[in-house]
Amino acid sequence: MSAPAVAVRDLRVRLAGVPVLTGVDLSVATGEWVTVIGPNGAGKSTLLRAVGGLLPTGGAVSLFGTPIQQLRRRDRARVVATVAQSPVVPAGMSVLDYVLLGRTPYIAPLGRESTADLAAAHDVLGRLDLTGFRDRELATLSGGERQRVFLARAFAQGATLLLLDEPTSALDIGHQQDVLELVDQLRRAHGLTVVATMHDLSIAGEYADRMVLLADGQVAAAGSPREVLTTELLARHYRATVKVIDGERGPLVVPVRPASAPDGVPKVRAG
Amino acid sequence: MRQVVTNRPSGQPEGRSAAARPAGLRPGWLVAGLAAVLAALVAGVSLGPISLPPGSVAVELLNLLPGVGLDSGLTEREVAIITELRLPRAVLGLLVGGLLALAGGAYQGVFRNPLADPYLLGVAAGAGFAVTVVITAGGVGGALTGLPVTIPLAAFVGAIGAVTLTYLLGSAGGRSRSPATLILAGVAVSAFLSAGQTYLLQRNSDSIQQVYAWLLGRLATAGWHDVRLVLPYFLLTAVVVLLHRRELDVLSVGDDEATSLGLHPQRSRYLLIAAASLGTAAAVSASGLIGFVGIIVPHAVRLLAGSSYRVILPLSMLFGGAFLALTDVVARTAAAPEEIPIGVVTALLGGPFFVLVLRSARRVLG
Repeated sequence: MSAPAVAVRDLRVRLAGVPVLTGVDLSVATGEWVTVIGPNGAGKSTLLRAVGGLLPTGGAVSLFGTPIQQLRRRDRARVVATVAQSPVVPAGMSVLDYVLLGRTPYIAPLGRESTADLAAAHDVLGRLDLTGFRDRELATLSGGERQRVFLARAFAQGATLLLLDEPTSALDIGHQQDVLELVDQLRRAHGLTVVATMHDLSIAGEYADRMVLLADGQVAAAGSPREVLTTELLARHYRATVKVIDGERGPLVVPVRPASAPDGVPKVRAG
Repeated sequence: MRQVVTNRPSGQPEGRSAAARPAGLRPGWLVAGLAAVLAALVAGVSLGPISLPPGSVAVELLNLLPGVGLDSGLTEREVAIITELRLPRAVLGLLVGGLLALAGGAYQGVFRNPLADPYLLGVAAGAGFAVTVVITAGGVGGALTGLPVTIPLAAFVGAIGAVTLTYLLGSAGGRSRSPATLILAGVAVSAFLSAGQTYLLQRNSDSIQQVYAWLLGRLATAGWHDVRLVLPYFLLTAVVVLLHRRELDVLSVGDDEATSLGLHPQRSRYLLIAAASLGTAAAVSASGLIGFVGIIVPHAVRLLAGSSYRVILPLSMLFGGAFLALTDVVARTAAAPEEIPIGVVTALLGGPFFVLVLRSARRVLG
């Protein structure tokens, strides 16, 4: 049996002296899509940054069986690609140049792109239906188009593990579906492993093979979407009143007003 | 398990054309930059109180090449004016202008801050303070008299000392240090040293004119001495900064993303800061504090030729050098026989020029 794509044991992270993650365990099989959910401040983005090697941590993180600290940065960048929640959009940079940044792990230090790197970037642009945007300035694209370009840069890295931090937070519902369908298609076609954080629980449940609920820096629940997206767990950890409806591909979470909320339109006394 | 991209050409996707190239220095812009340098050199050597024909000047410049011995028709005195007075001054202008613009462009990339200039980390304040100490101490017969401390040496040591102090203060926060803390440390060091300089000037008002003459910058030089001093720093700075031009493009997406792409942002940043600061210190020691070049030239290049640092850095070096060499011609001829401080000319010419560039770039960009 091959090593898991991600193996996290007793992960501890402190930011500015404050413990953000305490004793997190996580295992993600190769080809699996795991979505990490949790209320604001639960440590979701920190967990992704730790798995991507962007933070000093306690505990152990291994990628495909290799402890992350044993991977040189360039080698790590060929294994794992990260799309941040709000990636910086460099002023004046074209879509092609942005996607070519993804080839950095293959370019010698102080070197420049080869024709193979250029071909790889064009290849990804074609696969993500972005060829027509190639020469456009990234900053002039819409939110949905930009998100596809961010993904294209990550795919250009040629990594087999994709870390997506809130990949659809700035998108309308149609573009959310477009982006997640695209990721799922590429995952299935190329055997990628996806670890994502998401706030929209229904959409998260539709795409994930497994979910991890983080609360106060610890794993509060883990399992299939049906096991994690329950009224009780969401009420306890999100302090939210929700209804969970059984959908075709997974549970659908619908927020409802608490029973204690007043009914009807407030009456205003005239005069 | 397969990757989304293959690392070899795998058939061209629809719509691909030969025109799709990554950002880089286009040959036309490189030729324009070299032509500007050459034009500035010929103008710097031809123009002055004694006007020399540009054709003869060009022949004399060719004569400097090994194995060339053409007759320019100039007298021995005119040839000496070219080779011992004007040419070293024009070359020094090219080196200092090139260094300031290159360092400014590098700082803007390193700090991801369009307002960054080569004096951001205290180079100007450090050099200014040290020069003021030397001038005031020498002027009143103080402790430094008799020591082999020249003004360029004092400026260089002061500039490097100030940047080192900025680095130490900015790094004191350990892991919490960031480019912003370094900039703030630079502000604090600059304020401290400027206050010291003001105090010294107030106590030694007879030295004010001499100090301000240096602060406003000048390229006055006799022979090749200053060129020989600045050239090694120019070469070192140019090599280090230009080799990192693609890394600066990667750094523009932020430290986290640059790290996830395999870079060491902190390491690249400090190497670039060290190289740019060393070059700026050398420029300041030779020419005083010349403002404007380090911030305006990279922006003009950015607006006209492209926003990639692979374009900005080499072109800033060429056009920065040409700009300063040409402004020096204006500085020494506009009110001849008096010289206008070159820092004043760079601002007076550079300001309107930059407005023109900004307007034309807006028209082009819509």
